[in-house]
Amino acid sequence: MALDLRVPRLRSAAILVLKRNIKVWRKLIGPALLMNFGEPTFYLLGLGFGLGAYIGQMSDMPYLTFLASGIIASSAMNTASFEGMYSVFTRMDQQGTYDAMLAAPLDCDDIIAGEMLWCATKSLISGVAIVVVAGLLGAIGGWQLLWLIPVLFLVGLCFAGPAIVMSALSPSYDFFTYYFTLVITPMFILCGVFYPTDTLPQALQSFTQILPLTHAVALVRPLAAGGEPGGVVLHLAVLAAYALVGFYLAVVLVRRRLIR
Amino acid sequence: MRGDAVISARGLTKRYGADSVVDRVDFEIHRGQCFGFLGPNGAGKTTTLRMILGHCPITEGTLTVFGQSVASQAKSIRQRVGVVAQTDNLDPDFTVAENLAVYGTFFGIEPAQLEKRIPELLDFADLRAKANVKPDALSGGMKRRLAFVRALINDPELIVLDEPTTGLDPQVRHLLWGRVRELTRRGKTILLTTHYLEEAERLCDELIIMDHGRILDRGSPRALTRRHVEAEVLEITDCGGLDESWVAQLSAQAGCRLERVGDTRYCYSNDARSMIPQVESHRQLTYLHRPSNLEDVFLRLTGRELRN
Repeated sequence: MALDLRVPRLRSAAILVLKRNIKVWRKLIGPALLMNFGEPTFYLLGLGFGLGAYIGQMSDMPYLTFLASGIIASSAMNTASFEGMYSVFTRMDQQGTYDAMLAAPLDCDDIIAGEMLWCATKSLISGVAIVVVAGLLGAIGGWQLLWLIPVLFLVGLCFAGPAIVMSALSPSYDFFTYYFTLVITPMFILCGVFYPTDTLPQALQSFTQILPLTHAVALVRPLAAGGEPGGVVLHLAVLAAYALVGFYLAVVLVRRRLIR
Repeated sequence: MRGDAVISARGLTKRYGADSVVDRVDFEIHRGQCFGFLGPNGAGKTTTLRMILGHCPITEGTLTVFGQSVASQAKSIRQRVGVVAQTDNLDPDFTVAENLAVYGTFFGIEPAQLEKRIPELLDFADLRAKANVKPDALSGGMKRRLAFVRALINDPELIVLDEPTTGLDPQVRHLLWGRVRELTRRGKTILLTTHYLEEAERLCDELIIMDHGRILDRGSPRALTRRHVEAEVLEITDCGGLDESWVAQLSAQAGCRLERVGDTRYCYSNDARSMIPQVESHRQLTYLHRPSNLEDVFLRLTGRELRN
C-alpha cells in the first residue's frame, strides 16, 4: 500500500495532545517524581562516591561531577525512549486514545508532534531532577546550568522520534526489548556517560560519533561541570537531525498504522 | 435528489490490493435523518464509516460531508461530527467528567462553555452521580453512555454510531435508542451501523443493506420488508418426528414460500394464519406466527450461511 509521505505540518493542535498528557502526569505526580529523584540519587551516591573514591578525577573533574553530567544526558535519553515506546504504544494500541483523538479534529501530525513535545518535556523533568540532586551533593552548580533546559529538551526530541517509530512498527510490548538491547543499552555504555570516549579503540570511537547520545553528552557535560562546550553547532545539528528525521518517519509510520 | 444532503457518496470504492472492500457505492444522507448501514460482518460498513471520517483514504469515487470533500477537508468536517466507536476508547486515567472536558479541548471548546455543557451531558447519559469516577469503575452500559455523550461534546450536526448497542443489556439499549430519537427530533443527522435488525427497524428512517462491499437494497424498513418478503411468517420448529413432505404439502396448499434454517421451517405468506389449525394438531411441533420484519429481509438478501 502507498505510504502517505507528505511532510507533516506543525499546528497548535499539538499543544492539546501535550496538555492531555500533562494532565495525566499530574494525577500520578507522586510516584513519577519519586522515580525522577530517587533513581539518580542512588546512582550518584553509589557509583559517584563509591567508584569515585577509587577514580578521583576524570577528564579534569571529580568523578561525581563527570558521572552526574553523563547521567543527566542518558536519563533524558531513557525517559524519552520509554515514553515514546511503552506509553505511546499504550495510547495508540491498547487504550485507543489516538482513535478517539482522530475522531476529533486532530490528525496524526498533531498527535505525534504533541507526543514528541511531551517526551521532551519528560526528558527535561528527569534531567532537571538529576541537576537538583547533583547540585545538592555539590557536584555541579552555576548559572550556566540554565543552558541545560533547551539542550535537554532537544535531547528528548532527538530520542522521542525513533522511539515512536518503534511503537508504530511494533506488534506488542515485547518488540521494544530489541530496541533497548540493541540501541539504547549500547549507547548508555559506549557514549561517554561513565568514561570519556577517547579511551575506546579508534574504530569504536568513530562509531560512537554517529550515535546521538555522544553528542548529547558532549553538550551536557561541559555545561554541567561549568565549562564551555566545543563544537556546539555540530552537536546541535546531529541532535536536531535525529529529531527531525525521527519526527518525519514517526508520522509516516503512524499514518500507515492508523489511517488505512 | 434533495439539496440538503449531509453526506453524499458517488461511486465510493475502497480497495486493498485487488480486494474491493467497498465497491462503487452511491448514497445520500439528508439532514435530520436516522440512516442505517446494515450488513453481516465484513460487508464494508465500518470501512465506509472510516472513509466518511477521513480515517481511510478513498480509492475511487467522491465523498462529501456538509458539501466539503473528505479527501481535503476531513478535519473541518470532524469539527462538526460526533463519533461513537465500536470499541470503547475512553481515557482510563481521567474521571467521567474529565473525559468529557479533555475531549472537549480537542475541539477547541472554551473552558467556560465546557463547564456549562458537561453537566447537561452527564444528565443526558444519566451519569451525574458518576462524574468523579474513573471508567474502570463503570459498568459496560455506563461506559457506552459516556462514550455516547462524549461524542456530543461539540454539539455535532452529524453523529456517527458504529454498532452502538453491541453487548449491552436491554435497559441500556432502550435508553440509548430513546436518546437517539431525541437527537433526531432536535434536527441532528444520525448515521448508524448495526447488525441488530430490531435496532434498525426501530430507529432508522432509511437504510442500506450491504454485503461484500455492495449495496443490495435501500429504503425505509417498512418499504424493504414489503418489497422483499411476504407479510407474515409462520415459524415451525421440529421437536422430533416432523414429516418433511407433510410440511412441504401444507405450505404449498397455503401458497407459502418455505425456507429451512436448522430445525426450523419458515413459511412466508401473505396469509400464514390458515396453516395454524393444522400445525396445532401436531403435538411434536411448536410454532410462532408473526408479521415479517427486517430480519427476514436481511436473511433473504444476504443469505443464511454463517459468516466469520
